[in-house]
Amino acid sequence: MKPFSFSTTPLALDSYRRELADDAAGGYASFEGWVRNHNEGHAVTRLEYEAFEALANKEGERIVNEAIARFGVLKAACVHRVGSLAIGDVAVWVGVSSKHRAEAFAACRYIIDEVKHRVPIWKKEHYVNGDSGWVNCERCAVPGHDHAHEHPHAHDHDH
Amino acid sequence: MSAEAPLFGLVLTGGASTRMQRDKAVIEYHGQSQLQWTFHLLSHVCAATFVSVRPDQREEPTRAGFPQIVDRQPGIGPIAGISAALHAHPKAAWLVVACDLPFLNEQTLRYLVEHRDSSKIATAFKSSHDGLPEPLCAIWEPAAREPVLAFIAAGKQCPRKFLINADTLLLDLPDARALDNVNTADEYRSTVAAFGGQAPDQRSRPESTTAAVSGTQVASTDTKPRTLRVQYYAILREQAGRGEETLDTTAATPAELYDELRRRHPFQLNPAQLKVALNSEFSDWQTPLRHGDTVVFIPPVAGG
Repeated sequence: MKPFSFSTTPLALDSYRRELADDAAGGYASFEGWVRNHNEGHAVTRLEYEAFEALANKEGERIVNEAIARFGVLKAACVHRVGSLAIGDVAVWVGVSSKHRAEAFAACRYIIDEVKHRVPIWKKEHYVNGDSGWVNCERCAVPGHDHAHEHPHAHDHDH
Repeated sequence: MSAEAPLFGLVLTGGASTRMQRDKAVIEYHGQSQLQWTFHLLSHVCAATFVSVRPDQREEPTRAGFPQIVDRQPGIGPIAGISAALHAHPKAAWLVVACDLPFLNEQTLRYLVEHRDSSKIATAFKSSHDGLPEPLCAIWEPAAREPVLAFIAAGKQCPRKFLINADTLLLDLPDARALDNVNTADEYRSTVAAFGGQAPDQRSRPESTTAAVSGTQVASTDTKPRTLRVQYYAILREQAGRGEETLDTTAATPAELYDELRRRHPFQLNPAQLKVALNSEFSDWQTPLRHGDTVVFIPPVAGG
């Protein structure tokens, strides 16, 4: 399988696991990211994932190859969903097979952490009250000066 | 205009930044502390320059070596520093600048000084985000002293609110991102990366400045328009109202291109919050653009 890929359909976890099988492997570690029903105090009803796939595939492959080189594991891969997901759906899968468990866990952890920070994938949350928002782009992106936010009073500009 | 008050500079150094988890005055983007860099910038356009400090910051090492003006009413934010300066030299006008503006340059300050109207209470730029006055890169005239005191006495603190309700001359920013500030550790890292070791006053952006100052889209003589494809994702796609567009532009770098796009689309993210990709590979803000390039501005990511 490709080191990193996207899927528009539910992830085929069993087949991915079989792809990582290796006679030299003493174990397999995996991580599944699931869609949960809340984020930062807001009740979430569903999520949409969007990716800049041309660059995301390259950066994702670099991450998986870094993990293989850094931790000396046998095989590793990551598959990420795009499109609309419901609560409980698997949004991302990471799998690693290796001789020993320690490097399998470490490589798995490395891949998911780096994917979250480096790969151009965006997540839009839809909330119970009908609102929606792009995670990391909206609540922390209020324009204007920090000084204003440090003020003890509300900003009711009467103009 | 002959009675125009002399112009002094005041660097506001602020308090500890909770979101940056460090003192913004000490942060370096240009190979020196932001305090030193901002002080230097102001000293080019002002007759004398001072650093605003709270009483407890007088001996702080970064601040100790500069001429200081000490807050008389600490704990109420930047308005205390402005008020203290207006009181310390009542015949001077003050070019007040916050030290957390890494994109500020001398051109922008000179533009402000040249367009100053000393018969007003203040001359300020309009925020390129919301059109409201930017109090922390503005000229405060001596006539502001009494109204500022009254404003504070009434329990108010927001310098922006003061300027909204005062007789303020508002100017359009010649460089839309010149007053973007940096509030989080992530924005700090991408800002440093965006400069790539170059100070912003050394980055030449003649096209955008010329166009904004004259009010027309004047192309510089040595730059032929290039045709570029811009693709939008996630929040930028929604704000642009499209997934991509093809345009002819004289923008020479992604930094200039984003400036230009911000005038046409309601983008709220600062360059410091974005990354750039050219032809499906990560790039930086100063890479020269070539005819036919595909450009993507990458909002903060959230995979997993």
